[in-house]
Amino acid sequence: MTFQETVAHLQEKFGPEAILSSEPQGLQEMITVSVDRLADICQELYAHEQCYFDLLSCITGMDNGPKEGTMEVIYNLYSIPFNQPLCLRVMLERNAEDQEAPSVPTVSHIWKTANWHERETFDLFGIRFEGHPDLRRILLPHDWDGHPLRKDYKEQEKYHGITVKY
Amino acid sequence: MVEKLMSKVYYLMSPQTMTKIQYQYDPKHFENSEPTFFKEKDLTAEEMVINIGPQHPSTHGVLRLEVVTDGEVVKDVIPHIGYLHRCFEKHCEALPFNQIIPFVDRMDYLSAMNSEHIYCLGVEKMLGITEEIPPRVEYIRVVMAELNRLASHFVAVGAYAIDLGAFTAFLWMMRDREHILRMLEWASGARMLYNYIWVGGVFYDLPVGFEERCQEFIDYLRPKLQELQDIVIFNKIFIERTADIGVLPLDLAINTGCTGPMLRGSGLKLDYRKTDGYSIYPELDFDVPVGEGKVGTKGDCWDRNYVRVLECYESLKIIEQCLGRLTTDLKRTRDFKPHQAVPKKIWPEKGDLYFRGESPKGELGFYFRAQGKRDVPLRVKARSGAYSNLSAIGEISKGALVADLIAILGSVDIVLGEVDR
Repeated sequence: MTFQETVAHLQEKFGPEAILSSEPQGLQEMITVSVDRLADICQELYAHEQCYFDLLSCITGMDNGPKEGTMEVIYNLYSIPFNQPLCLRVMLERNAEDQEAPSVPTVSHIWKTANWHERETFDLFGIRFEGHPDLRRILLPHDWDGHPLRKDYKEQEKYHGITVKY
Repeated sequence: MVEKLMSKVYYLMSPQTMTKIQYQYDPKHFENSEPTFFKEKDLTAEEMVINIGPQHPSTHGVLRLEVVTDGEVVKDVIPHIGYLHRCFEKHCEALPFNQIIPFVDRMDYLSAMNSEHIYCLGVEKMLGITEEIPPRVEYIRVVMAELNRLASHFVAVGAYAIDLGAFTAFLWMMRDREHILRMLEWASGARMLYNYIWVGGVFYDLPVGFEERCQEFIDYLRPKLQELQDIVIFNKIFIERTADIGVLPLDLAINTGCTGPMLRGSGLKLDYRKTDGYSIYPELDFDVPVGEGKVGTKGDCWDRNYVRVLECYESLKIIEQCLGRLTTDLKRTRDFKPHQAVPKKIWPEKGDLYFRGESPKGELGFYFRAQGKRDVPLRVKARSGAYSNLSAIGEISKGALVADLIAILGSVDIVLGEVDR
C-alpha cells in the first residue's frame, strides 16, 4: 500500500475523527492520529495483510515548549515485505509543572521494541504510557529528579552529595 | 626510627582500622544503589538473584545484568543500562549540525565512521544537497565506512572468542584491526574518533599512496579471514559452545526490533544498504549473507558470528570496487576539493526527517527536526541498533546456563556507548 492508500484505508476503518491529518508533502510523510485510537490503529497497521508494518524502528518524544503547549510522540514503522516506511504521530497537551503528565496508550503488546523505547521516552519527557508492563526509568538513575529533555527542565542542585551543575 | 614505622604499620593493621576499610553489609545499600527488578518476595525458595556487572569484563562495558538463577539455570535476565549515558540528545539541542558529528562518533566508538556517514547523509538529505556531493568524496566515505565495519566486526568476533576462552583469535583480530586503525589515522589524524566525514564533504583528500596501501591490506587480509574461520568459527570447541545456544527465532527478532547481523543471523536478508540504496551502494556489487543454521539451529550464537565473518568478505569486495574507481576514473587530481560541496550555512528547511542506515551493529537511525533559518536542530533522536538488540536478551537467554548467558551476550555485540548514548 502506498501512503495515500494507507491513509484512505485508516480513514475508512476508523473514521475521520481518528485520523487528524496526513501530510504527504515535505521531507517525510506523516499521519497524525488521535491519542485514544492509537493502539487500535497500530494493531490494524500491524495485522492487516496489505499494510503489514512488522518492524517498529523508532519512537521519538518531542517537547514543543510552553509557548506551543504541545508534546508529540512519533512512531517510525517499517514494513519489511513491502519495503515501505510510515511515520505516525500523536499530539498531546503539554502539562505545566503542577499538572499531571500526559499519557499515551502503549503499543508494547504489539511490538516488543516499544517496551524500551517507551521507557526511554518516559524517562526523558515524563510522558506516561498506559498499560506499559514495566514503566521505569531506563537511562537515568531511578531517583533522578525531573525529565531532562523537557523545555522547562531545571537540573537538581545535588545528587547524593555530588554537585550536578558544573 | 624503625619502631616508629612499625607502630604505624601496626596501627594500619589494627582491628579498628581494618573494619573501617572493609565493606560492611547494610540492607540499605540495596536501596541506595539502583534497585533490582525482582524483589525477595517475587522469588521462590530455589531462586537467587545474581548481579553481573557493571564492572565485569564479559559484559563488554558498563552493562549490569540482573540474573535470576535456579542453580545453574537462568530463569530471567533484566538488563540495567544507563551507566554510560552522556546526554547525546540534550547536547544536540544546543549544538549546530556540524558540531554534532564528534558526538555521533562517541556513540558507537568502534565504528565511528559508519555513524558519521549515516548522520551526514541524513543532514545532506534535509539540506537537499545529496546530488551535489562529488563522486570521489562519496567513494572515499564508503571506503572509510567499510574499513571501519571490518574493524568493528573484528572486535566483535575477537572479543567473543575471548569470552569463550580462546585467546589467540583475539590477538590476531586486534593485530589486523591495528592495520585498519593506522590507515584511518593516516587519512584522518585520529585512531578511533575521527570527525573525518563532514556535512557535504570529507575533512581531507586521501593521502598519497593510500589506495595502494589499502589494496595491499586487502590482499593480506583475505587469507587471514580464512585463518580466523579455521581457528575459531569451525573449531569444534567453538561450535560446541555456540551451536543451538541463544536461538532467536525470526518472528521474535523482528518483533523486538533486532537489526543488523542479529536479524540476518536469524535468516532474514534485510540490509538497508540494499533496500534503501543510500549513498553509492546501489552501484556496488555485494551479497547479504544470512544465517542458515549450518551447524545448529537457525539464529543461534554461531550463526550470528558466522554472518559477521561473511560480512567481512563482503566489505572487502566493496572496498576493492571503490578502490578500483578511485584509482581510475575518479583519480586524485590537483584541483579536487573535498570541501567543494560543504555548505557555508547548514540551514535545513523546517521539517522532520527520519534517516537510517546500516551500521555494523544494526539499524542506526536519526530523527531530525530542523527549526528553519537556524543551524541548531530542535531535536535529534538517535535510534541505535545495539539498544534494540540488547532488549531481546531477556527472551533468548531463558533456560540457558549461566556460562551460556555470557556466550549469548557476546554474540549480540553491544557497544554500551551506543546503547546508553
